[in-house]
Amino acid sequence: MNRRQILVGSAATLALPALIGRAAAQDGPLNVGFVYVGPIGDYGWSHAHDEARKKAQEHFGDKIKTNYVENVAEGPDAERVIRQLAQQGNKLIFTTSFGFMNSTIKVAKQFPDVHFEHATGYKTADNVGIYNARFYEGRAVIGTIAGMMSKSGKAGYVGSVPIPEVVRGINAFTLAAQKVNPDFTTQVVWVNSWYDPAKEADAAKALIDQGCDIISQHTDSPAPLQAAEQRGVYAFGQASNMIDFAPKAHLTAITDNWGPYYIDQIQKQLDGEWEPGNIWWGIEKGLVGIAPYNDIMPADVKEAADKVKNGIASGEIHPFSGPITDQSGEVKVPEGDTIPDEQLLGLDWYVKGVQS
Amino acid sequence: MTLVGAATPILLAALGELVVEKSGVLNLGLEGMMLIGAVTAFGVTFTTGSASLGLVAAMAAGAAASMIFAFLTLTLTANQVATGLALTIFGIGLSSLIGQNFVGRTVSGLEHIFPAALADDPIGRVVFGYSPLVYLSLVMTAFVAWFLTRSRAGLILRAIGESDEAAHSIGYSVIRVRYLAVAFGGAMAGLGGAYYSLVMTPMWADRLTAGRGWIALALVVFASWRPLRLLGGAYLFGAVMTLELHAKAAGINIVPPEFLAMLPYLATIVVLTLISIAPSGRRNAAPACLGKPFRATG
Repeated sequence: MNRRQILVGSAATLALPALIGRAAAQDGPLNVGFVYVGPIGDYGWSHAHDEARKKAQEHFGDKIKTNYVENVAEGPDAERVIRQLAQQGNKLIFTTSFGFMNSTIKVAKQFPDVHFEHATGYKTADNVGIYNARFYEGRAVIGTIAGMMSKSGKAGYVGSVPIPEVVRGINAFTLAAQKVNPDFTTQVVWVNSWYDPAKEADAAKALIDQGCDIISQHTDSPAPLQAAEQRGVYAFGQASNMIDFAPKAHLTAITDNWGPYYIDQIQKQLDGEWEPGNIWWGIEKGLVGIAPYNDIMPADVKEAADKVKNGIASGEIHPFSGPITDQSGEVKVPEGDTIPDEQLLGLDWYVKGVQS
Repeated sequence: MTLVGAATPILLAALGELVVEKSGVLNLGLEGMMLIGAVTAFGVTFTTGSASLGLVAAMAAGAAASMIFAFLTLTLTANQVATGLALTIFGIGLSSLIGQNFVGRTVSGLEHIFPAALADDPIGRVVFGYSPLVYLSLVMTAFVAWFLTRSRAGLILRAIGESDEAAHSIGYSVIRVRYLAVAFGGAMAGLGGAYYSLVMTPMWADRLTAGRGWIALALVVFASWRPLRLLGGAYLFGAVMTLELHAKAAGINIVPPEFLAMLPYLATIVVLTLISIAPSGRRNAAPACLGKPFRATG
């Protein structure tokens, strides 16, 4: 355990000065900064970003030096952390949470020579690029599995915060499940937090008490999976393969594979060819992955899930193709149409069968 | 079932804090001590395979952390509020440092004490289906209530909390009693933390207690320093914390979830208001020496 690990392990605010001291060297390797909203030990969102950072570090070896700050609260703290990373010689900075958007834009104005990459946002600038993953494609795959594996036809969904990203996931999951079971419904419970293991577990238990026999989650800890394991129902992992936490309950997981994108962008920075992009990659580019299926899944379920996965990769299947009706029964998307990207990015209504 | 789960860890931690405060000391480090207990319980259980050993270690670790606080505030008479807050920050950092090696691991957690036939039965589990820590928390509530009102040691402890000078002048060792009370509070907080990492979510995750140490602190005030009221309060808080989730799971959307999430704190404010406008006999429920440093004179 080296000094930086110890400091990073303590409060982020205390860790910062030491971290930055090491990043200050000028003529050495390219310094790349990462800002995480949660602890890298969350085994979810921030963990996946950090795994990708390690892959990039491994790929480039001595040519780059990656620095990260974890557990950064969205808001004023984020701005301070991003600014310090920029001041101390990081030339490319990845800010990995939606709530870092305004802070990133603000700091970017003060540091025109530094390049910024913001995950899941929508604001760009001359030195700010954005990147996102089509997680909803993965949710269509697990929705298909849920529709076939659920006996009650009622799924529980542990939601974090009702932003379009999460709403999109709930809708994609439900629509895919309804393709194999037209009466399928999804009951959502919001925990108003991205990361609160005890509350996530309680939410999952409450859903199971209400007759949901399959649990999906859009929060970052494996706690809902563990609750599902205890109660003997099925569930899906989030961001990482979480099978170790729930060997019987865990059917599969949507995995985030940011590594190739980070390597791609760092290479461009090294070559002096970085420019602000705007990408939204999914299953096709491997940014969104599906963890290995649990052996308890019958062959026909695996086959159906693969079919959806491959169909999305090839472009044959679009998770948001019509007909789609909303909660009140109004047809929002007629047959033959799909919801275009710009509307998907701001999605704020639920499809029929979602109870929220 | 989830109600009991949400209530038990805050009840355990709050019971310890109640005894601490009754002795005239305010330890705001609950959250930190709970986290240290949680990570210790997990680490020891993971390494040795014995959850009982994990529990004992969690209590020892919580008590050890509280001794730092005790030394600073009781021996060196440092400010109790500042020291308690520092203990919480320390606990967050230390638990995340120790926990680095446990991320992504799981343990089997605590065994039920009742036979599976009783614990798994749909009706039987309402009584027998809980973690041993739930029963322990009830026993401890009864013990603390008895100790404070019926035992000689408890009366001495309360006397010290009400008037340390007077207790000192008739020969009681204020500092020694307060050290013991703080150690007990630390051990109970450690046990409360262990509930999260061994029972609620048998895994280690950073900041696993997610601020519930603060709710335990509020609970002591809510209960106006009475153990049985603390028991009721913990279950009420547990009900409010899980009612929100159950209402949403059942598709009931009468009140906004944010309002329900706020209720435990709102209830505390209401109770504080009621206590402060009550007749003077009930008004001064807080131990008179709470938070004041004591320096032996004469």
